[in-house]
Amino acid sequence: MTAELVLQVVLTVAAGLIGVGLFGALSQQTIVMVMMGLELVLNGVLLAGGAAWYFLAPDLPDAQMLVVVALVVMAVEMAMGFAVTIAFYRARQIDMIDMASDLRG
Amino acid sequence: MLTDLGGWVIATVVALGILSVAAGIAVFVVDSMARATFALLASFLAVAGVLLALDLVYLAVVTALMMTIEMAIMAVFMIMFMMNPAGLMPMTMVHNAKGSAVIGAGAFAGLTVGIWTVDWPTRDVSRPADSTRQLGEAIMGSHMLVMLVIGIGLFATIIAGTVLATARGRYDRFGADLAAEHPDDPVPGGLPR
Repeated sequence: MTAELVLQVVLTVAAGLIGVGLFGALSQQTIVMVMMGLELVLNGVLLAGGAAWYFLAPDLPDAQMLVVVALVVMAVEMAMGFAVTIAFYRARQIDMIDMASDLRG
Repeated sequence: MLTDLGGWVIATVVALGILSVAAGIAVFVVDSMARATFALLASFLAVAGVLLALDLVYLAVVTALMMTIEMAIMAVFMIMFMMNPAGLMPMTMVHNAKGSAVIGAGAFAGLTVGIWTVDWPTRDVSRPADSTRQLGEAIMGSHMLVMLVIGIGLFATIIAGTVLATARGRYDRFGADLAAEHPDDPVPGGLPR
């Protein structure tokens, strides 16, 4: 298996994670499950960033920085998601996004 | 290149990749939300394993440690807030599943077509001896602006998270103009301003 083929296989796996995560984020009703879908999408970005560094530009740190940014986005998403979950539950005793559809912009 | 490391590394990368996607699918298939959390953790650990095989030791360890703690917190939140955390009553809590599946499959198909049709460049460049050192020097040197923006973003997240999660702030206690003489607390004895 050539290195280029390995890159394509790893990127396909990352695309699979992004596809599954997108399905979850769009289809789930529970707020925390929506967050799980978004985390899976970012998981795919982590994998794609790591593969891009190793196979395409190992002499440059840019792809590694992309992975760091994706990790930070994950942390921010979790923190804000849980804060919103707490605020929702305090205000309305709800845990599902369909019960907050009046917040649609 | 990776092929220099031997076939077993490639086999491990492929196996971990399949595991990560399978665990990702399991997140939305299992009834129990606690199991879904640990399936997501398995997916993250598999990706961390792939990063480890790709010489990104530091990022792999950070991913594994961060996600283990994050999923532990997530499991606690599941049990605190969700109506069916243990999956004892099988129930589907989805909306527009068919449309979502079409969009997810469409995104996967589009990305896959791109991945397998792009003529990827083959670059014969020198690999750094230590990828962690390369990242550290970038963070403290050429890419410092990225870290500055990340720092401001995380600080804003701390403030916003605290504001959102606070049950009763000072405006609830002292009125909209903060002019009340005594705080309006359900149980007296709270701190003055």
